[in-house]
Amino acid sequence: MSILAFVEIAEGAIKKTSQEAVGYAAEVARMRNTTATAVVLGEIASAELENLGRIGAAKVLQAADSRLNEGNIQAYANVLAQAVEKENAEVVVLAKSSLGDAVAARLAAKIKASLASNAVELPDTSNGFIVKRSIYTGKAFAYTEMNSDKKIIAIKKNVYTPAETENKASVEAFSPTLQEADFNVKIKETVKATGDILLPEADIVVSGGRGLKGPENWGIIEELAGALGAATACSKPVSDLDWRPHHEHVGQTGIKISPNLYIAVGISGAIQHLAGVNSSRVIVAINKDADAPFFKAADYGIVGDAFDVVPRLTKAVKELK
Amino acid sequence: MKILVCITHVPDTTTKISFTDNNTKLNKAGVQFITGPYDDYALSRAIELKEASGGTVTVLNVGLAETEPTIRKALAVGADDAIRVNAEPTDAFFVATQIASIAKQNTYDLILMGRESIDFNSGQVHGLVGEMLGIPSVSPVMKLDIEGTTAKLSREIEGGKEQLEVSLPLVAGCQEPIAEWKIPNMRGIMTARTKPLKVVEPTGKEELTTVTKYELPAPKGACKMIPAEEAEKLITLLRTEAKVL
Repeated sequence: MSILAFVEIAEGAIKKTSQEAVGYAAEVARMRNTTATAVVLGEIASAELENLGRIGAAKVLQAADSRLNEGNIQAYANVLAQAVEKENAEVVVLAKSSLGDAVAARLAAKIKASLASNAVELPDTSNGFIVKRSIYTGKAFAYTEMNSDKKIIAIKKNVYTPAETENKASVEAFSPTLQEADFNVKIKETVKATGDILLPEADIVVSGGRGLKGPENWGIIEELAGALGAATACSKPVSDLDWRPHHEHVGQTGIKISPNLYIAVGISGAIQHLAGVNSSRVIVAINKDADAPFFKAADYGIVGDAFDVVPRLTKAVKELK
Repeated sequence: MKILVCITHVPDTTTKISFTDNNTKLNKAGVQFITGPYDDYALSRAIELKEASGGTVTVLNVGLAETEPTIRKALAVGADDAIRVNAEPTDAFFVATQIASIAKQNTYDLILMGRESIDFNSGQVHGLVGEMLGIPSVSPVMKLDIEGTTAKLSREIEGGKEQLEVSLPLVAGCQEPIAEWKIPNMRGIMTARTKPLKVVEPTGKEELTTVTKYELPAPKGACKMIPAEEAEKLITLLRTEAKVL
């Protein structure tokens, strides 16, 4: 028996959320008296891979096949199923993501595993195998008993901070059998912002709403985000109006985030927006309307004009550093 | 083209969630139920595809009789017929088994649903169904066009999107902006009453998960207000008090 962690790569580096998944998997492995194996698909520099040992992986399985450099849902599910078999894995841990979610679902059917998505804590194995997960878009939790032999846990960001050690993982090449049918879905083109901090990966997120009056005013949001090393986000009306791209939309029907710090500027705080951000550790609301519902959900609030307040915050952050 | 659209019957997005029976059941008192918002996008796109190039749209829901008003609404916006699998949808594997079973009895070119339900947010049913049927599944899909027997899709990824092509049949988990939500008109509501809604009993009972208990998040403390003229203080507080900088 072992515990697997599925590791995603972005721009040649291991994603931060995947590192959390490796740490979580290592902790589950300790609970089950076994070891954690990280599975990396595609070609990546080996120095990166050994470093997975520092956060708890005893072994890294690398399928360095160029056909796996792009995130293909069916191929990935097929390869992970083979890794589960090879390692006789009981649990597969992964970070929630656009690719991870889609892959995990197919993998669940392949290996007949129960799947707990949006896990927020380590499993409770004192009596069975129970995972606490976030449901109703962050409005509640469900303690979910996983009744199958094999289990998949998709964790939310910021659920687990891996402890750093000096250990190095042993890297093992892995050559799964790939079939042509795995690549039936052809990736024709990938349009992706490069260099930016990806929203689901970010520790700090600065978000703007309709209160900013127009896309031309986004400079103040970007400057504050730049000073903080944060990702930028927006509310649904803003992406509906095409002021910002859809992949920046956080909320009930957009991306759900759980960073350390979420700063909302000119967003009133409708329940649908809060649903997507209420798992953030610390929330700051900046709004000119003192009655904005966001102040009820925030930890810190400033009632004021964004065009005055935000540049002053940017300046204060720069002075601090 | 034959399209199957799977819909969920979920509490409205503005619902204040609470539980009863010692935190083992959702308190449904006063809760308004709606079609899952992501499922609504899937349904709307299915209707658009049917209007553009013909075919049929069948709506499928796994749920008890209480979901029928939601199913009728889907018929009112333009679906041709509906199937309700008479069972409580408490486990993704169970629900996917039901959908796959219906899909095996009728050959669909396209199976659409929301990227996730807004009650359990797992987003796994489309992938499970795809795998159970041995056909591709793609999610989250923001754009879907059909040219002959080829689907051209745009899938959201972190920081962008990818353009995909695949031959039908296909399962897709949908999200905005794939289509505009449709609002039923009076004629639609009238005709929906007589459109066929078939009730079938579930296949098998196997569930892989059981919820043992629900819990509400701890209440949030009071918001600390900082006067606008002292806005800079926020940065100090975030560093020294909240320790997030």
